[in-house]
Amino acid sequence: MRYIPHTDADRQAMLEALNIDSVDALFSDIPEAARLHRPLRLFEPLSEMELQQEFFGLAAKNLSVDQAVSFLGGGFYDRFIPAAIAQLVERGEFLTAYTPYQPELSQGTLAAIFEFQTMIAGLSGMYAAQASMYDGASAVGEAAFLALAHTRRPVIVMSSTLLPDSQQVVRTYVSARHGEVLTVSSVQELEQVLASRPVAGVIWQYPDVWGHVQSLPRAVELAHQYGALAVVSSDPVALALLRPPGEFGADVVVGEGQPLGNHLNYGGPAFGYFAVTEALVRKMPGRLVGQTLDHQGRRGFVLTLQAREQHIRREKATSNICSNHSLNALQATIYMALLGPSGLREVASLSVNKAHYLAGQLEEAGLSRMGSEEPFLYEFAVKVPGSVAQLNQHLLSKGILGGYDMGRWSDQWEGYWQLAVTEKRTKGEMDMLVNEVKRWMSR
Amino acid sequence: MDVPVIFEKSVPGRRGIRLPAADVPEVPLEEMLGRDFVRTSKLNLPEVSEMDAVRHYTRLSTLNYGLDTGFYPLGSCTMKYNPKVNEAIAALPGFADIHPLQPDSTVQGMLQVMKELEDALAEISGMDAVTLQPAAGAHGELTGILIIRAYLLAQGQHRTTVLVPDSAHGTNPATAAMAGFQVKIVPSNNRGDVDVDKLRQMVNEETAGLMLTNPNTLGLFEEDILEIADIVHKAGGLLYYDGANANAIMGKVRPGDMGFDVVHLNLHKTFSTPHGGGGPGSGPVGVKSRLEPFLPVPRIVGSPDHYQWTYDRPQSIGKVRSFYGNPGILVRAYAYLKSHGGAGLKEVSETAVLNANYLLHLLRDIYETPFDRPVKHEFVLSLKDQKKRGAKALDVAKRLIDYGVYPPTVYFPLVVEEAMMVEPTETESKETLDMFAKAMREINGEIDASPDVLHEAPHHTVMGRLDETLAARHPVLTYCQEDSRAQTGQEGHI
Repeated sequence: MRYIPHTDADRQAMLEALNIDSVDALFSDIPEAARLHRPLRLFEPLSEMELQQEFFGLAAKNLSVDQAVSFLGGGFYDRFIPAAIAQLVERGEFLTAYTPYQPELSQGTLAAIFEFQTMIAGLSGMYAAQASMYDGASAVGEAAFLALAHTRRPVIVMSSTLLPDSQQVVRTYVSARHGEVLTVSSVQELEQVLASRPVAGVIWQYPDVWGHVQSLPRAVELAHQYGALAVVSSDPVALALLRPPGEFGADVVVGEGQPLGNHLNYGGPAFGYFAVTEALVRKMPGRLVGQTLDHQGRRGFVLTLQAREQHIRREKATSNICSNHSLNALQATIYMALLGPSGLREVASLSVNKAHYLAGQLEEAGLSRMGSEEPFLYEFAVKVPGSVAQLNQHLLSKGILGGYDMGRWSDQWEGYWQLAVTEKRTKGEMDMLVNEVKRWMSR
Repeated sequence: MDVPVIFEKSVPGRRGIRLPAADVPEVPLEEMLGRDFVRTSKLNLPEVSEMDAVRHYTRLSTLNYGLDTGFYPLGSCTMKYNPKVNEAIAALPGFADIHPLQPDSTVQGMLQVMKELEDALAEISGMDAVTLQPAAGAHGELTGILIIRAYLLAQGQHRTTVLVPDSAHGTNPATAAMAGFQVKIVPSNNRGDVDVDKLRQMVNEETAGLMLTNPNTLGLFEEDILEIADIVHKAGGLLYYDGANANAIMGKVRPGDMGFDVVHLNLHKTFSTPHGGGGPGSGPVGVKSRLEPFLPVPRIVGSPDHYQWTYDRPQSIGKVRSFYGNPGILVRAYAYLKSHGGAGLKEVSETAVLNANYLLHLLRDIYETPFDRPVKHEFVLSLKDQKKRGAKALDVAKRLIDYGVYPPTVYFPLVVEEAMMVEPTETESKETLDMFAKAMREINGEIDASPDVLHEAPHHTVMGRLDETLAARHPVLTYCQEDSRAQTGQEGHI
């Protein structure tokens, strides 16, 4: 087989050393009744050339955002990715290394995670960040766990304008701990709920699914007033321009990291980030890298505070999480290093300018923006007169991946169309979108 | 010299990447957002040129040891070769640059990959249905245990306990606790297997299930597996298969045929996707048909003419992460399967087992094996004797680094004193195995001749042994100038 190096002579020599005739002797302890007595029903093996051809064909059945003009967002954004990132992360020393449990052979991964933690803590305005999570939604779920464990209270309250996938993961995770999840659609409702029962954590999104930001300070304030932790989920690129959640007093800041130099990958792998206040450092899930010295006094890095983790604490661990999305976090780290503070701000502000141009054009065309009195950054939703699905179908025929039909998330959001605009979109592309919308409306 | 960090290369005003000029009017941010919402604090990012960044991360990469560097016999981790063609395939824009919210009609190739991968994993594991959503092995465990709980609740059964053998991976008890269960530990017998008599006494009407790895973490096949399954099932519990060690069994025996009801597979182990320095991985979960209604949403339905996602699964446990899992990893795993086929996978497992037994044979006269049985894809040594003579398992592991090898897992499983767990995988040649055995034998000789060589190992790395106690006592988790060791008197960076 392709990746097995043994020659017949090698195999023979090894069998002879073991004093057996066939490898079957090594499987004799498997009960006869359990053994598979037929070949696996799978495909015929392909050579590399055939494999490449087959997958070129499969890839060609997908419409990539490079072939269309995409206005999709919802946590994943079609952002520009500098070429240097792929070339660096594909180096085998990064790509094919294991978790850095042997620090002497893993200083590259460890130093990069240390840089990542620094960048994310700064971006979110928090004391510390860990080495990355699977994705944004499971990071929100783990934050809910943290709140339940830290406060020993049974209820999580989340905003109805949290991304739907995050809401669903919170429900799954919290039900695992026999906790209760309540959804509120305003800070007034939040206050009523907080006053009525012991709440462990309040989860808010900033900006939320409509692109709104203004309710955050009050939500954090209320959470603290009632002794709950304030958990905030944020698109990290937005935090280049927005006052970070940490400065409003958030206890935990999490989010989906894809927009930081990661490919869309049809939703994964990208990574989640998780940042906390100093008081909660030892309650964090997952891996954490710390600075230390070797016996000659040289600065190096190690995995630290591992007493929180499953391989030490087993059933008493803060989480069962045992991997992170290290390579994706590395992509983000290199992305942020390449852009620097002014570059990341520019990515965000270009997106803001373009999104505001598009929102203005759509409003002129008669599509009103949800919460038109609220400011927004580069993602917003408009009300479509008619079927959003049909509008998107029309746009697709013109090579445009229109915004998301929010009615697919929730019946309450029927008729709303969520659009995201990144630095990659041009005025020409937006004008084309607006023209096609107008044409569809006057059909 | 210190390990470098990018912040120390920062020069105000420098920048790596330029963006196109704006083609629309600028929005006055403060006016639009209001003062309270505009960021005023500095962004803590380095200011470096592109070449600075490229040199820095290239330098960091050289401080790492990957599978591409050399032998990586980490027990329980299945560090097999990660084929380059799979990386090239996953990077195709048709896979890497598609948005998770695109209409199903625009992602038919990806859905086909995912559906066919589901079917293939079901066949390999002997299960009826597979979800690809979990992002990692531990995530798969959580998904599987929640499925078991939902299934039992649907039968009106409020069972509260999950059984876990004492040799299990730490994730097993952590998962069961995370899913709200009490964890009870089942002892091993003197053959390294689950103690069947003890198990029989431990199961009762509170038993939700047993989590088991087979072959277990000692590399031994649980010979009594059919009886174990029978005991758990008769007590009304379900059997969970931790697929961390599935590299030993493909085409030989299937968890479904051993009596398991739920299984997770680690695509980053058995199916060759790269570990990436700690992830991303992927941990699909397979179930028997009675558990299918409880799988996470959404599910792929349809036929090769048209696949689509459906959320219409009222008994589903919900979602365990956003969207559909890690499709970028799934593409790689599917390419791996396609390049092997059924017969190829069987050969993979047979060779992994042959390699482990051959390597164990080369070592067993000087390193103690706690259980004198054929192993599967990995084995555990006990370095009790070496410890008595003055070198702990950790010392031997660190000394291996000087021989150019990544050290095996040590001090796991917990049931073996001074454990060293070795998993060579099928992609290593006989010469590599011979080289490793030779190194282990030489190190064994060094214990008596020059023990300090071991205690102070490794000697040829950029860093010596690092002070982990210092790191934990005074955690420095982010870079800031005051904590930096790059002060006067320190000579530059490596």
